[in-house]
Amino acid sequence: MATDRPLSLFRNMAAKIAAIPMILTAMVVFVGGTFWTITYSFTNSKLLPRANFVGFDQYERLWNSSRWLVSIENLMIYGICSLILSFVIGFLLAALLDQKIRYEDAFRTILLYPFALSFIVTGLVWQWILNPDFGIQFIVRSMGWESFAFDPLYNPKIVIFGVLIAGLWQGTGLIMVLMLAGLRGIDQEIWKASRVDGIPAWKTYVFIVIPMMRPVFITTLVIVASGIVRLYDLIVAQTGGGPGLASEVPAKYVYDYMFQGQNLGQGFAASTMMLLAVAVVIIPWAMLEFGGKKRG
Amino acid sequence: MKALRNAILASTALCAGTAVSATELEVTHWWTSGGEAAAVAELAKAFDATGNTWVDGAIAGSGGTARPIIVSRIIGGDPMGAFQFNHGRQAEELIEAGLLRDMTDVAEAEGWKDIVNPPSLLDGCTVDGRIYCAPVNIHSWQWLWLSNKAFEDAGVAVPTNWDEYVAASDALREAGKLPLALGGQPWQAAGLFNVLTVALAGPDVLVKIYGDGDTEMAAGPEMERVFQAAADARDMSQGSNIQDWNQATNMVITDTAGGQVMGDWAQGEFAVAGEVAGEDYSCLPGLGVNALIDTAGDAFYFPVVDDPDITAAQDVLAATLLSPETQVAFNLKKGSLPVRGDVDLTAANDCMNKGLEILKAGNTLPSTTQLNTEDTNNQLNDLFVEFFNDPSMTPEDAQARYVDIVKSKD
Amino acid sequence: MGNKASAIDMPDVVLEPRTLVEGPSGPKPKKRLSRRNIMIYGTLIVICLYYLLPLYVMVVTSLKGMPEIRLGNIFAPPVEITFEPWVKAWAQACTGLNCEGLSRGFWNSVRITIPSVLASIVIASVNGYALANWRFKGADLFFTILIFGAFIPYQVMLYPIVILLREIGLYGTLWGLVIVHTIFGMPILTLLFRNYFTSLPEELFKAARVDGARFWGIYFRIMVPMSLPIFVVAMILQVTGIWNDFLFGVVYTKPEFYPMTVQLNNIVNSVQGVKEYNVNMAATLLTGLVPLIIYFVSGKLFVRGIAAGAVKG
Repeated sequence: MATDRPLSLFRNMAAKIAAIPMILTAMVVFVGGTFWTITYSFTNSKLLPRANFVGFDQYERLWNSSRWLVSIENLMIYGICSLILSFVIGFLLAALLDQKIRYEDAFRTILLYPFALSFIVTGLVWQWILNPDFGIQFIVRSMGWESFAFDPLYNPKIVIFGVLIAGLWQGTGLIMVLMLAGLRGIDQEIWKASRVDGIPAWKTYVFIVIPMMRPVFITTLVIVASGIVRLYDLIVAQTGGGPGLASEVPAKYVYDYMFQGQNLGQGFAASTMMLLAVAVVIIPWAMLEFGGKKRG
Repeated sequence: MKALRNAILASTALCAGTAVSATELEVTHWWTSGGEAAAVAELAKAFDATGNTWVDGAIAGSGGTARPIIVSRIIGGDPMGAFQFNHGRQAEELIEAGLLRDMTDVAEAEGWKDIVNPPSLLDGCTVDGRIYCAPVNIHSWQWLWLSNKAFEDAGVAVPTNWDEYVAASDALREAGKLPLALGGQPWQAAGLFNVLTVALAGPDVLVKIYGDGDTEMAAGPEMERVFQAAADARDMSQGSNIQDWNQATNMVITDTAGGQVMGDWAQGEFAVAGEVAGEDYSCLPGLGVNALIDTAGDAFYFPVVDDPDITAAQDVLAATLLSPETQVAFNLKKGSLPVRGDVDLTAANDCMNKGLEILKAGNTLPSTTQLNTEDTNNQLNDLFVEFFNDPSMTPEDAQARYVDIVKSKD
Repeated sequence: MGNKASAIDMPDVVLEPRTLVEGPSGPKPKKRLSRRNIMIYGTLIVICLYYLLPLYVMVVTSLKGMPEIRLGNIFAPPVEITFEPWVKAWAQACTGLNCEGLSRGFWNSVRITIPSVLASIVIASVNGYALANWRFKGADLFFTILIFGAFIPYQVMLYPIVILLREIGLYGTLWGLVIVHTIFGMPILTLLFRNYFTSLPEELFKAARVDGARFWGIYFRIMVPMSLPIFVVAMILQVTGIWNDFLFGVVYTKPEFYPMTVQLNNIVNSVQGVKEYNVNMAATLLTGLVPLIIYFVSGKLFVRGIAAGAVKG
């Protein structure tokens, strides 16, 4: 209601001054950087960004690359699974921790610790655990179940789900904390009231608490989705994109071509396609979500 | 205390340029493991002995990690004093843009033309007749590492060439061994293929295809044979559930795999595991077919800077890197071969001696980093990692895509 | 770590000394060892096992010697326990010339992390507050762009930011790096704060306005104290991200400012050298300790119902 009541210039100014860093970042870095990237995607820049324009050559090569197509498909599969599972697991964990349990700090720290460790090495550990020759498959087989097969990182058909196992391990702790913060913001009177009315706990969650947590869910959605689009470390540390090209993702394509392949133009073309896809989805959604009403 | 020291370090850096007797030269490189660090220490020791100071900027991870750092520092207008790169076409663009110093004067004063062996190493540093880098060592790719015990267990003799190795693969399988260990990373697959090309089709074919972009040769019968051999290698490597090259080497060390095709750096793993060349493992340069090695390796480049003190220190560093003492001390620790033909490596082991002999005999060829741009190498990586992991891809399909890459290379 | 933590007995979730109207939270009041409790703890313990399995492998590996690791049994406890890898990772591992292990970059990491975390949280929380409660024309547009920015792969922005920092004369300095961390933290943090502030009871804000409080007054006296959990979440996000950052640290600074992760990367990622897995594991665990301590300590701020209590009280 700050807008629909007469504001003095002074009060208006405080908010505007406070928003200066945001405005600068948005306009200079994100808009400026995006245009810079798009511009150079039409060049044949290799090691250094150079303005030697070649039209749509980079895009032609991009869409003729089987690796790029595989990358997009993988991102879709990973994205959908990861989004759904992160939300479900994260919320369930938060709800469990919110039951006034003892040792909450310990449990919360355990669930969060994967997030604290650099993925260069934890990825390697998952690589070991999921390795059929000395990981879980080996252990189960040596216990007598000879036909047991579990080799998610080395089977091209399911490798992306193998990556997901470690991805959820690393990311769900943070989602849990976000949801927990949301749950802690819920008015306790609501629980009291629903108890007085004899409403079962699950109904209170589904029909009252979850709708009240909408802002938290939006935050979580953006965090999870942006993590998915930028998915890179997880793949590099566990599979390096393999076996073959079976677990390649777009951000890795961008990075590999920019720096490893010393072909900036190709990397920029790929990232322009990514940003275009994101913009088509995000901008209308964000304008609706954050634009319309003032609060909520 | 450390905080204090760091603070002092930081403040001295801020007022750099004020009178310092010795010039500090920041050197960026990617030699970080134990043995590599010991080797770098030799370079630094030699440089510090000249009265200057080596400021170490070690960053592990070659190309993909080092490149953004080096380029950023140069674009940011605050370059390091010297940096390590693979010599070859990777630095081409920086040279063309005038960002790297022409070191020809130092090279002439030190007589690099006469001492650097093989001479092709210096070619990798040369653009339009000017020399832009100082090569420091030679690493070669063309090695087949074999576990003697694995073959013993399988009841066959340790092979002496590629064909015998292929013939022994069934026996290895029956004995429960993986015939050929191959890590899942793309560069390993492409490396294996390039080694097969050199060994089976000969160095001229490789140079024609990568050097001249000869598509007829790429589509020709010689390469057809190489692609068939690659398909054999693919069968032999089925079941390599590993990523890193050293995990593959470890399978050879523990005798669960028959062999591995990998560069001479694999020797370090054998040494650390206490294995003896000739007894526990064998090495076949050029797969025992064409005893040839390529001359990939590392070199230092020197960015253009305004400060005359730093320029002078760069000259000193370049000369120091190729001095005979430095070459011996460095390469013994690093496990690579020296770039000078006139130094004596008495402490070298069996396999290293084989390499030295091949060098002496002049059986060398330029490396793929010299012949191809990284863009091309990256495309080759993509092709071969797919080929080696997807048994449904026929050698003919792969060759067709190979020809396309050669066609579009520049 | 997990074990040590569980030894500390938490009296209850509500740890704050503040006297709030504390209705029991969660669905039902409970009896100790009720069937419900057994189910809750049982589920949590099973889940924790999945979360702890990799930690177990790392700890076990870090206590083995290399010959034992080469045998390849990753789950087996060490036959001969050695702390050598830990000592080596912290104080002896050589990367290039420096044989001081991780300890070398530790203070640099601290010097980078503290200002970066503070700057990014202060700026983003004020931004979020302005967006939630003091919207001005055009705010939505900038905010949408900011959210879009959350999706840009960092690597693409490396070179434009080098140019930007060069132009403002901060390239290669610590402050340049702080700015970079603040910029890249801004989209998610601003969203986090904006959405949290929006969900706070509106009556509070109205009441403060009626009492004549202004922009900063409301921010410091009402918004900040009522939003501790979200500040904790923001801190967890930023400390983790900045402490573990490697790419920005090396691209935007010089060796004298290199953070600890550069050493970690150097120990872990050598390309052609021999790989010492036990030292790698120890180094990773050591590097992760700082965020982990932050998580555990900050748990005390994870309080419930301040907002609700404040309204009623």
